[in-house]
Amino acid sequence: MDMAVAEKQHTTISGVPIEPLYGPEQLADFDARRELAAPGEFPYTRGIHETMYRGRLWTMRQFSGFATPEETNRRYHYLLQQGQTGLSVAFDLPTLMGYDADHGLAEGEVGKCGASISSLEDMEILCRGIPLGEVSVSMTINSPAAVLWAMYLAVAEQQGVDWTAVSGTLQNDILKEYIAQKEYIFPPRPSMRLVTDTIEFGVRHTPRFNPISISGYHIREAGSTAAQELAFTLRDGMEYVEWALERGMQVDEFAPRLSFFFNAHSDFFEEIAKYRAARKLWAHAMRDRFGAKDERSLKLRFHSQTAGCSLTWQQPYNNVVRTAIQALAAVLGGTQSLHTNSLDEAYALPSEQAVTIALRTQQILGYESGVANTPDPLGGSYFVERLTLDMEQAAGDYFQRIDEMGGMIAAIEKGFPQSEIANASYVYQRAVEAKEKLVVGVNAFQSEDQPIELLQIDQTAEEHQVKKLAALRARRDNGRVRQTLDALRRAAEGTDNTMPFILDAVRAYATLGEICDAFREVFGSYQETAHI
Amino acid sequence: MNPPIRVLVAKPGLDGHDRGAKVIARALRDAGMEVIYTGLRQTPEMIVNAALQEDVQVIGLSILSGAHNAIVPRVMDLLRANDMLDVKVIVGGIVPDGDADALKRQGVAAVFQPGASLDAIVEFIRGSVLEVGPGKI
Repeated sequence: MDMAVAEKQHTTISGVPIEPLYGPEQLADFDARRELAAPGEFPYTRGIHETMYRGRLWTMRQFSGFATPEETNRRYHYLLQQGQTGLSVAFDLPTLMGYDADHGLAEGEVGKCGASISSLEDMEILCRGIPLGEVSVSMTINSPAAVLWAMYLAVAEQQGVDWTAVSGTLQNDILKEYIAQKEYIFPPRPSMRLVTDTIEFGVRHTPRFNPISISGYHIREAGSTAAQELAFTLRDGMEYVEWALERGMQVDEFAPRLSFFFNAHSDFFEEIAKYRAARKLWAHAMRDRFGAKDERSLKLRFHSQTAGCSLTWQQPYNNVVRTAIQALAAVLGGTQSLHTNSLDEAYALPSEQAVTIALRTQQILGYESGVANTPDPLGGSYFVERLTLDMEQAAGDYFQRIDEMGGMIAAIEKGFPQSEIANASYVYQRAVEAKEKLVVGVNAFQSEDQPIELLQIDQTAEEHQVKKLAALRARRDNGRVRQTLDALRRAAEGTDNTMPFILDAVRAYATLGEICDAFREVFGSYQETAHI
Repeated sequence: MNPPIRVLVAKPGLDGHDRGAKVIARALRDAGMEVIYTGLRQTPEMIVNAALQEDVQVIGLSILSGAHNAIVPRVMDLLRANDMLDVKVIVGGIVPDGDADALKRQGVAAVFQPGASLDAIVEFIRGSVLEVGPGKI
């Protein structure tokens, strides 16, 4: 037994070797003033606020959406009654891919992975009874983000809420779609133009809305290491900054509204180091690379979500424990908002009971555990500081390689981040197969599974959505729809900001699919070269 | 020696989550099989056509979106129509037990749910292809 322990290699879940013990010798040249400073001070390693959660807890924001907008709206009202403090919309695959519910490719997919939204009418139903001037809403939508955002802003108009009062976040991070999640419609460059349009529109009209959430979550779920998640996400962020500067915006005009989204995976200390390194790297990049002066431009604000890919189908109740540990890492890493996964999400979208336990997990961390009493409680730990420095170094190496390739779009076109991630995920899976990495209930400590109650989404959601859409197409002023779509096409061909044209089309009840088709005609569709 | 087993790994539907498909494709290749990966967003027609062109003995469908009940029966119908039922179809992804049983009744050879081991999948393919002989190559 002792022999086995001596020979076993200790590594993080990302495969980074860990020393037997950490002490002052691991931090020989460590200058605490330079590397850490105080919470709320450059480079923000210890957090972006002086008092962190003493001032205000993180936002407990459960990502949810399923079936019809009617059913999702009912879930939102339930979550708000349960003490959730923000909403986060999950859309179904047809919506994410810019197809209406009645499109041939949508068959069998409507409402399965999120709410089905094909028109302004659906968005009106989704937001019914929710005061958009008070509740902040995050929307996980990327390729067609500008269209869904226009629908949301049109509903705010109907509610009489001024756009300056509307707050929330649009995911709108197209680069990670090419890298990891693969929900792209158009080629990278026109997609980047649409993202830049939304950033510019946001600067002018919606000062409290984050037009983008630069996301590592999906990169990690696709199988990357922690360092790859960190590096590719921040380098994506720099790419968006470059495009916005190219457009003629000033860095301090838009940078304070950039937000981030990271995974909270199972390797507790590695994750905490990742968040701390992220803040430090971003602060340096914004100040030194882009010359930002406004303190708000330097502060990396992030949402986090526990790791969906860590949830197991086997012994699903164990997922509550995994999620709690991951959520604790996100909190100790200084997250601004958090989604905790539900125990049944390896099977299906969560049931109401499962999502309530997930929310209670956050409330227990926030109100019972005491971890919110002081900022960055692990700051100064030999181990955590060493990991943070190493994480920073690993990300810096990737920045350099990507810069040498000519930036992130060039790297994506070469397939560089994609193949780095695929390699990492294969290495991990092989380690699980060889039992070098143990997953409780899967390759160790197996036992009979207990059955759990699952949320069922039947075909009636699809029928309901298709019927509603047919009625809308018959009822609306189709002449006006054609006019606004023609104007949108012309704008897409030129260089004007497309947002006002999208808004006009949305207000005329042009559908998501029709608007995306107009863009497809001008921009073309993207097809990746499949590599194994 | 038998020629290598030929496998088409396909991602049908709108789902872009290709981590599993890619890991499986690599594991099968490392196990000595010839693997053709279709890439994303393939219709049942595209998949069956590719299986025919590539003369594969096995089709692996990776579906994580919950659309398996709509997609898999259409693949099976097309195989039947093309007289290709000797091609083994295996499905991997988030498929609840009840749905997995229904898919098997429609002719799917196996359904691998989350947590399935790579070796088990390799062994299953070897076993099921050997049963019907070395194929048409």
